[in-house]
Amino acid sequence: MDHPSQGIVPPQPPVIEPGYTFATVTDKISSIVLTRPVSNGWLIGFGIAFLIVMILLYAVGYLFVRGVGIWGVNIPIGWGFAIVNFVWWIGIGHAGTLISAILLLLRQAWRNSINRFAEAMTIFAVACAGMFPLLHLGRPWLFYWLFPYPNTMQYWPQFRSPLVWDVFAVSTYATTSLLFWFVGLIPDLATLRDRAESRVAQIVYGILAMGWRGSARHWSRYETAYLLLAGLATPLVLSVHTVVSFDFAIGIVPGWHTTIFPPYFVAGAIYSGFAMVLILAIPIRKFYGLEDFITERHLENSAKVMLATGLIVAYGYAIEAFMGWYSGNRYDSFLLWNRLHGPYHAWYWALLSANIFFPQILWIRKLRTNPLALFLISGVILTGMWLERFIIVVVSLHRDFLNSSWGMYYPTRWDWATFIGTLGFFTACMFLFLRLLPGISIFEMRTLLPEAEVKSP
Amino acid sequence: MKRTPIYGLMAEFDSPTELVVAARKTFAAGYKRIDAYSPFPVEELAEAIGFQRNGVPFVVLVGGILGCLGGYLMQWWIATVSYPVNVGGRPYHSAPAFIVVTFEMTILCAVLAAVFGMLALNGLPMPYHPVFNVPRFRFATKDRFFLIVFSSDPKYTSTETRVFLESLAPRSISEVPS
Repeated sequence: MDHPSQGIVPPQPPVIEPGYTFATVTDKISSIVLTRPVSNGWLIGFGIAFLIVMILLYAVGYLFVRGVGIWGVNIPIGWGFAIVNFVWWIGIGHAGTLISAILLLLRQAWRNSINRFAEAMTIFAVACAGMFPLLHLGRPWLFYWLFPYPNTMQYWPQFRSPLVWDVFAVSTYATTSLLFWFVGLIPDLATLRDRAESRVAQIVYGILAMGWRGSARHWSRYETAYLLLAGLATPLVLSVHTVVSFDFAIGIVPGWHTTIFPPYFVAGAIYSGFAMVLILAIPIRKFYGLEDFITERHLENSAKVMLATGLIVAYGYAIEAFMGWYSGNRYDSFLLWNRLHGPYHAWYWALLSANIFFPQILWIRKLRTNPLALFLISGVILTGMWLERFIIVVVSLHRDFLNSSWGMYYPTRWDWATFIGTLGFFTACMFLFLRLLPGISIFEMRTLLPEAEVKSP
Repeated sequence: MKRTPIYGLMAEFDSPTELVVAARKTFAAGYKRIDAYSPFPVEELAEAIGFQRNGVPFVVLVGGILGCLGGYLMQWWIATVSYPVNVGGRPYHSAPAFIVVTFEMTILCAVLAAVFGMLALNGLPMPYHPVFNVPRFRFATKDRFFLIVFSSDPKYTSTETRVFLESLAPRSISEVPS
């Protein structure tokens, strides 16, 4: 170490390996969509995912015929898997917005190679999330009653209810994510239009690119709009999981009625979202040979975000436990006892191991840069975050104030089929996305190259 | 044979630096109706072709304000005028409970204004544009940089403008048929 500053700021590994030009970056990313033949691996992966989508359709079709009675929901546990899965999926979406909007505002250039598929992940995760409350409605075909529109029944939604807030938060979030993603795609769609060989691809990408030609005036407005969208999406993403947590926190059930919920939900959302980003990024970079674009630095940074948000989540659990004891409220302290020793205690201990104890191995640098280890840890964290929502929904509801209203919740095969079905739907959408659209933002990768900088004469 | 009218003269460059230098010189030479094309956003370029301010921030501000007022007024009107529901004696006009939806409507309208305002100000979608007639222009979305002087520029003449563009040492010059 011969320079004093080296000890303070360790040299950062590059976000894109050296030796690339505008042309090679363009060719490498667009060839995945335009010239590479469909591989057997893709067909098998998509085929399996598609079969699981069929399971989802079957489960939903049967639900439409028979009603929510086929699920394990009952009184007192009226929310069950549907709300567990809703909260889990919508949380996963949050990492995509964090990467595309918040890291853009913070000028974290490394995000440019993972933001596109992270945004796609957000959209598909929100689509999965959106299914559950609608299916849980009982009469899902009347879902539009949730929105304020003039109707012959002369009724309006109740705006003091957090469930109505949730409708607005989630639909705004879905719209914003979709538009943000599409705006980011426009210049790349123009690249695909100009490089496609087949007439059909030229026409389809041409329509989607809307005649983008890269004019300096257009770029100027585009950059302003993109930055403003990022600035609008940042408070939005924080508000969405806050509002989701209000669904619980506004209620009076022990385990729900707590002020720590908004920050703790948002941190948990980002925690599980980054785990999903890694679950997707690690196979994608391997199978499509994108190690030069999604480098070890991306993996390590994501692992660090997981470590930090995981500790915030741990703080949330600690405060819940502390308040259960310190408040002296017998219902709150019973809730704590019930989590540790009650009928679902195994689930709670699994949650603590998966979300708090096990991820601490991310402190070891070697494991943060080891793709296989990260892939496995991410799987554990995703399971842990799902268990967290199960504990919050089911364990809080099954033992409330009166012994006479206690009960148990047992998920049925239809609960599992619907949940696993959405996993298949999500995976199938990701497979299609990778084949049909550029999985990495081509124009933003060009700006990372050294020659993209305008040298002053 | 009828001569095709000319839309402008287009010069091709290899790097963003060359394009910015050339655009500055062209603007300084008195050409005001010019445009530049690049495969990624180049910050200096808009100012080099004399494009000072864009209307997007204003459109977004208006969208956000309308969403905010509209969202709040909608809830106020529904909860107090059209469909008042007495919930445990709470006031009909319960402002704190209206904050969330007001906030979401603000964001939603600002986002819609940003996306559709940007597209409208850019004149998109526009499937046909004369610059696409230049065969090499398809590299404008890959790795080439283009500068165009429109024939509508008062200073434009087909010979003098070509001589001027040649003095900028471009890779090639092509006429853009309209």
